[in-house]
Amino acid sequence: MEWVLFSLLAVPLGTCLILMALPSWWDLRWRRWQVRHLDMVRAIALASAAAQFALALLVFVAYHFDDGGYRFELSLDWLRNVAFLGEKGISLHLAVDGITAPLILLTGIVIFTGVFISWNIEYRARDYFVLLFLLVSGVFGVFSSLDLFWFFFWYEVAVLPMYFLIGIWGSSTDFGTFVRTKEYGALKLVLYLVAGSVLIFIGIFAVFIESGLGTFDLPALGSVTYGETFQKAFFPFFMLGFGVLGGLWPFHTWSPDGHVAAPTAVSMLHAGVLMKLGALGILKVGMYLLPEGAQYWSPVLMTLGVIGALYGAVSALAQTDLKYMVGYSSVSHMGYVMMGLASMHQVGINGAVLQMFAHGVMTALMFAMVGAIYDQAHVRDMTIFGGLARKMPRHAAFWAVAGLSSLGLPGLAGFVAEVLIFIGVFKGGYPWAGALGILAAAITATYILRMLARAYFGPFNERWEHLQEMRLGEQFGGAVLIFFLALVGMWPFPFIERISASVERLPGISS
Amino acid sequence: MRWDWSLLAPEYLLAGWAALMALLGLWGRLRAYWLGYVAAAGALASAATSLIWLGDRTAFGDLLAVDHYTTFFRVTFGLIAASVCLISAGYVERFLRHHGEYYAILVVSVIGATYMAAAQELLSAYIALELLSFSLYVLASYAKMDLRSNEGGLKYMLLGAFSSALFLYGLGLIYAVTKTTHYQGIAEALAGDLGGTKGLALLGLSLIVVGLGFKVSAVPFHMWAPDAYEGAPLPVTAFISAISKAAGFALFLKLMVQAFLPLHDDWSPLLASLATVTMLLGNLVAVHQRNIKRLLAYSSIGQVGYLLAGIAALSPETANAASAVLLHLAGYVISNLAAFACVTVYYNWTGKEDIYEYRGLAERAPFVALALSISLFSLAGMPLFAGFVTKFVLFQAIAEADLLWLAAVAVFASFVSLYYYLMVMRQMYLVEPETRERLGVAWPEYGLVAVLVVAIFVVGLGPQPLFNAAQEAASLVYQGAATFAALSP
Repeated sequence: MEWVLFSLLAVPLGTCLILMALPSWWDLRWRRWQVRHLDMVRAIALASAAAQFALALLVFVAYHFDDGGYRFELSLDWLRNVAFLGEKGISLHLAVDGITAPLILLTGIVIFTGVFISWNIEYRARDYFVLLFLLVSGVFGVFSSLDLFWFFFWYEVAVLPMYFLIGIWGSSTDFGTFVRTKEYGALKLVLYLVAGSVLIFIGIFAVFIESGLGTFDLPALGSVTYGETFQKAFFPFFMLGFGVLGGLWPFHTWSPDGHVAAPTAVSMLHAGVLMKLGALGILKVGMYLLPEGAQYWSPVLMTLGVIGALYGAVSALAQTDLKYMVGYSSVSHMGYVMMGLASMHQVGINGAVLQMFAHGVMTALMFAMVGAIYDQAHVRDMTIFGGLARKMPRHAAFWAVAGLSSLGLPGLAGFVAEVLIFIGVFKGGYPWAGALGILAAAITATYILRMLARAYFGPFNERWEHLQEMRLGEQFGGAVLIFFLALVGMWPFPFIERISASVERLPGISS
Repeated sequence: MRWDWSLLAPEYLLAGWAALMALLGLWGRLRAYWLGYVAAAGALASAATSLIWLGDRTAFGDLLAVDHYTTFFRVTFGLIAASVCLISAGYVERFLRHHGEYYAILVVSVIGATYMAAAQELLSAYIALELLSFSLYVLASYAKMDLRSNEGGLKYMLLGAFSSALFLYGLGLIYAVTKTTHYQGIAEALAGDLGGTKGLALLGLSLIVVGLGFKVSAVPFHMWAPDAYEGAPLPVTAFISAISKAAGFALFLKLMVQAFLPLHDDWSPLLASLATVTMLLGNLVAVHQRNIKRLLAYSSIGQVGYLLAGIAALSPETANAASAVLLHLAGYVISNLAAFACVTVYYNWTGKEDIYEYRGLAERAPFVALALSISLFSLAGMPLFAGFVTKFVLFQAIAEADLLWLAAVAVFASFVSLYYYLMVMRQMYLVEPETRERLGVAWPEYGLVAVLVVAIFVVGLGPQPLFNAAQEAASLVYQGAATFAALSP
C-alpha cells in the first residue's frame, strides 16, 4: 500500500507521456474498425481519470483514522549529503493523514468528472489533456508530500499549466466598455500565484536555516520548537504566500478573472481543488511549523477571512455574469475556510477542512453547470435568460442543488461545514466574526436564489427555444458531484472522524 | 615544483584541433556543414581526455592547478563548445564566410577559458582571460558585412580592453601590497598585518572586481552585452552567453576563495550590492525587449546577478555557497544553450529574431516551441526543469550566509523573469500564426535540442550526481585556501 500515493503521482504523469507520444495524425485502423485520434485521446484520458478516482477513493477509504497519524508512508532519497543538506536532505516523502485524505478524494472526484465535462473539447484535445493531467499530478503531489521542497515543487507544477490552459482554451468576457481577455486572466492568475510563492520561498529558507537540521522533511522540521520572535516574523510569509492561492482577501482578485477565463473543467479544478492548496499550505506548513506565530496572527487572518466572506458575497450579488457570480462566491466560501483556520479551535479547523471538501465539490458542480449553459447559449448573462427550467429541467435541478448547498441548506455538504466553522469561530473567541459570517451566508442565499429565479424560473424567454437538455456526460459528471454533496450532508462522519483525528494532533489548537 | 607537461594534454588536443580546423577550412573538400561536427568531436575529445586526471590533485608549476575544479570546468567548457559547434553547423554554412577559421577560433577560446579556471596566479589568469576575450571579440564581429555585427564587436572590444586595463591596474596594486601574484601568497599576505596598505589592497580588489564585472556583464558594467549579443551571429551569442559567464565565474570564484578570503568582510557587501542591482536591472529591463537575442542578453544579466549573489555569500567556513554557484552555473549553461539552439533553428528557417515573429510557432513547429518553452521555464526556475532545483539550492545557500534579504531579492527578481519568458510563450502558444504552413524538420539540430532538453530534465529530476561533482570541485578550491584560513585573525 505504500506505493499507492506514488501511483497517484505516476498515473497522471504517465498519462501525460503517453498522450504526448500519441501522434496527432495517427488514427488506429484494423480491418473495418477505425478509431480516430480524438477518440483515442478521450479514451486514454477517461481511463486515466477513472484510475485516479479509484486510487483516491482507495486512499480515503483505507486510511485508518484511529490516531490521525500518517499512513502509506514512502520515502525515497533524492538529494543528500551535499552542501547544506544533511543525511536526510531532500527526500520524496509521501504520506497521507486525515486532513489530506478527503482532499485527495476531492481531487479524484473533480478530475474524474472534469474529463466528462471536457468531452466536447476538440481543438488540440491531446495538448489539453496533457496539461490537465500535469496540473492534477501537481495537486496530488502537494496533498501527499511531506517534504517542503517537494511540497513547493508540486505547488508550482500545479500553477504552471494554468497559463496555457486558460490562454488557449479559455474564453474572453466582453463588458461592453472593456474586454477581459483570456490572456489577461491567464497572466494575472499565474503572476499572482507565483508572486505568492515568492513569500513561501523566503519562509521555507528561513525555517530551514532556523531549524539547523539540514533537511526539508516536514515532520522533522515540525519536531523543532522555533523561537517566538522567529515565529511571529515568519508566519505572515506563509499566511500571505499561501493565502494568495487560497483566495485570501485582498489578494483574491486573480480568482474571479482567472476562473471566468478558464475552460469549464479547468475552472472546476482550479476553484474546486487548487484554491485548497493555499488553505492547506497555511494549515500544514504555517500553523504546523509555527503555532505561536499562527496564534499571534490569527486575529488578522480572521479579519481578512471575514472581509473575504462578506466582500465575496456582496460582489457576487452585484454580478449578472453567471461565471463571475460563481467566481466571487468561491472567494466568499474560501473566506469561511480562512475563518475556520483562524479560529485556532479544533471544531473550527475541522469545519475548515470539511468546507474545503464541500466547497470543492459544490463549486465544481457550479462551474460545470455554467459551462453547460454557456456551451449552448454562448452567453452567461443571467438577466437575459428566463424560465430555462422548462427546456433544461435536469440542468436547473442540478443548479438548484449546488446553489442550496452553497447557501448552507441542511442535508447538503455546505451546511455541515459552515455550522462547524461558525461554532468554532464562536468558541475560539470571535463572536463578532461568527455573526458577520452568518450575515455572509444570508447574502449567499440572496444571490443564489435571485439567480435561480431570474435565469431558471419565472416567465420563459422565447429566445432560448433552441436550448436542449445538457449532454449525457455533463449529467453523469453532475450526478457524481451531487452524490458526494448529499453524502457529506447526510453522513458526514466518515469525513469528520478522519479530519478531527488529525486536527487533534496539530500543535497549539484549543479544543 | 613540478613541470609535468602531460597535464596539459586536453589543451594540446584543442590547439591541434584548431590548426586542423583552419587547414580543413583552407584545403579540405569537406562541406562547411560537416566542419561543425569535426570541431564538436574535438571539443568532446578534449572533455573526455580531461577525465584522465580525475582524482589527481596536481599543479603545473605554481601556475596552473589540475584538480577536480579544473576538470569540472574542462568538461563544462568542452560540452559548451561542442554544443555551440553543432548549433553553428547549419548557421555558419548559410550566413557566414571563412568557416574553418570560425571553428578554429572557437576551439582556441576554450583553451583560454580552461586556463582561467586552472590558473593559480594572477598573471596566468590575465593571459587566459585575454585569450578568451580576443577570440570572442573576433567571433562577435564575424559577420563581416553586417553593420550590427561590426558595431557589437567593436563595442565589445573597446569596453573589454578598458576592463582589461582596470583588471591589470588592480593586479598591479595587489602586487604592490602583497609582493606576489600567486593566489595563496596573496592570501597569506592579506591575512597578515597590512598596516596602512589595506586601503590600497581594497582598491586593487575593487578594480579586479570591476574588470571581472565587465567580463561577466554585471550591472553597471553591462552596457556592451545587449549590443554585442544582438549584433553577433546567433551561435556566437550562444557561445558568449555560456562560456564567458562560466569562465568568468570560474576565475571569480577561485580568486575570491583562494586569494581574497581574508578580506571577505570587506568585499561581501560590495558584491551583494552589485548582485542586487544586476538581478533587478537585468530582469526588469528584459521586460521591455522586443528582440529575442536582447531578451536573452538581459535575462543572462539577471542570471549573472544570482551567481554574483552566490559569490557574495561565499563563507570562509564552508564550501556550500561555492558548490551551489557551480551547480547553478551548470544548470544555467544547459538551459541557455537549449534556448539558443531553438532560436538558431528558427532563425535558420526564417531569418527572424523578433519576439512577435514567434507567433503561432506551436502550430508551425511544435517541437521547437515545446523545447524553447522548456528551456525558458528552466531559466525562470520552474519545477521539473533544471532551473528550479539549481536556483532553490543557490538561493538557500545565499540565505544560509546571513543574507536572507539578498535571497529574497533573488526570488523576487526570478519572479519578474517569469513574466517576460511567459510573453515569449504567449506568442508561441496563444497568438494565431501568420500562416499555418509547417516549418521544415531539421533532424541534426533537433537531435542536439533533444539532448539538451533531456539534460534539463535530468538535472531537474536527479541533480545528485551533478551536485556531487560541483561539491567535489568547490571543496578543492577551499582546501587550497584552508591552510591560510587558519592564519586570518
